Amino acid sequence: MNTANATIERAWDVLEAVPDPEIPVVSIRELGILREVRHGDDGVLEVVITPTYSGCPAMSQIAEDIAQAIDRAELGAHRIETVLAPAWTTDWITDEAREKLRRYGIAPPTGACNSSAASSTKPIRFVPYTKATIACPRCGSTHTEKLAQFGSTACKALYRCIDCREPFDYFKPY
Amino acid sequence: MSQDHLAYVLRLADNALILGQRNAEWCSHGPALEEDIALANISLDLIGQARLLYTHAASLEAALNGSRKTEDDYAYFRTEREFANYTIAELPHFGPLAGTARAERDYAVTIVRNFLYSSLMIEVWSALQTSSDAQLAAIAAKSIKETSYHLHHARDWLVRLGDGTDESHRRAQAALDYLMPYTREFFATDAIEQAVADAGIAPLASEFEAAWRDEVASALEEATLTAPEEVKHVTTGKHGEHSEHMGYLLAEMQSLARQHPGASW
Repeated sequence: MNTANATIERAWDVLEAVPDPEIPVVSIRELGILREVRHGDDGVLEVVITPTYSGCPAMSQIAEDIAQAIDRAELGAHRIETVLAPAWTTDWITDEAREKLRRYGIAPPTGACNSSAASSTKPIRFVPYTKATIACPRCGSTHTEKLAQFGSTACKALYRCIDCREPFDYFKPY
Repeated sequence: MSQDHLAYVLRLADNALILGQRNAEWCSHGPALEEDIALANISLDLIGQARLLYTHAASLEAALNGSRKTEDDYAYFRTEREFANYTIAELPHFGPLAGTARAERDYAVTIVRNFLYSSLMIEVWSALQTSSDAQLAAIAAKSIKETSYHLHHARDWLVRLGDGTDESHRRAQAALDYLMPYTREFFATDAIEQAVADAGIAPLASEFEAAWRDEVASALEEATLTAPEEVKHVTTGKHGEHSEHMGYLLAEMQSLARQHPGASW
């Protein structure tokens, strides 16, 4: 393996361990925020990330965390590129990460959004709200109710379990 | 790349920023904790959309005239006449007696405005996903997901207020009577909109006016509210001619950046 590829592989390993600042049980890679690691035309290491929500305040923290991780691993000069397309979707969250979210007390997003611009050229349309069944991440009961469409961060809604009485966050399909 | 293209992107950005700034006034003053959080979240999305659009505008302007602007130059260092948001976005939350009545915020005004705006933007973002401007299409594909949650929120509350108590119905109807006339500005085509339509950048709003009216009519029916009679007057915020409320909003939003130019925080 040549040195350039080794650097990229090493960078993936290092960045794999960078947690999401707001949900530290999952990594930025598992959430689908980290899109690519490559060398730019000028040979500089490029880390490509994509924002979750347009106004996600964690993005600058994520960029800082990436820079620190790369510096600590002494991988040399790098830059961070932010891309918008294809638009981030909760469909990219890995199964393993969904299970981690559930164990952490956050109900993972249900169903597919079918909204990934990568998989479809059809414009996204407004879909009227349909009642999804959200299972309580603590007791597993599907006897739950929505308290608020907007929760503690842009990506979450607030729910309550009617059986175990615990409130919980739900990672909204996006 | 053209001046019209830049002007159109700035209109989109200004609408998102100014409504985001208005709705952020509810932060820590919401009628209930959940609504406080909802409005802060919605503002965060809108200001996030504005940031993406201003950053895109900066790259368009750089290509046009070599300027090196940032999102902050547009948000903090333009004057009132340079902002091109719809007038409806800048209005305060306290209803038709603004300026003479006590400056209380009326949640019905907030909800009706968010409903009228987000039901429009669902159509706009939907159409912009196939824009010939790839970056604008990418911003649209993100924004429509957020706007869809905003519309759900506003439409839910519109029905709850309209079809609620006598008092909530009265206030929702008053908010609708107050705000509906401002929506004429959405569909009043001008030279900038015609030019970007001809260039395949954005559709004319008149193309989806019927779809918007259907959505509004069905929500109003469910909310037991009645649309007021059409008026002839068309507001001119998108041409930079604003209501008396805009200056105060900008003063509050821009003062810190203007007192400490170049500061970062």
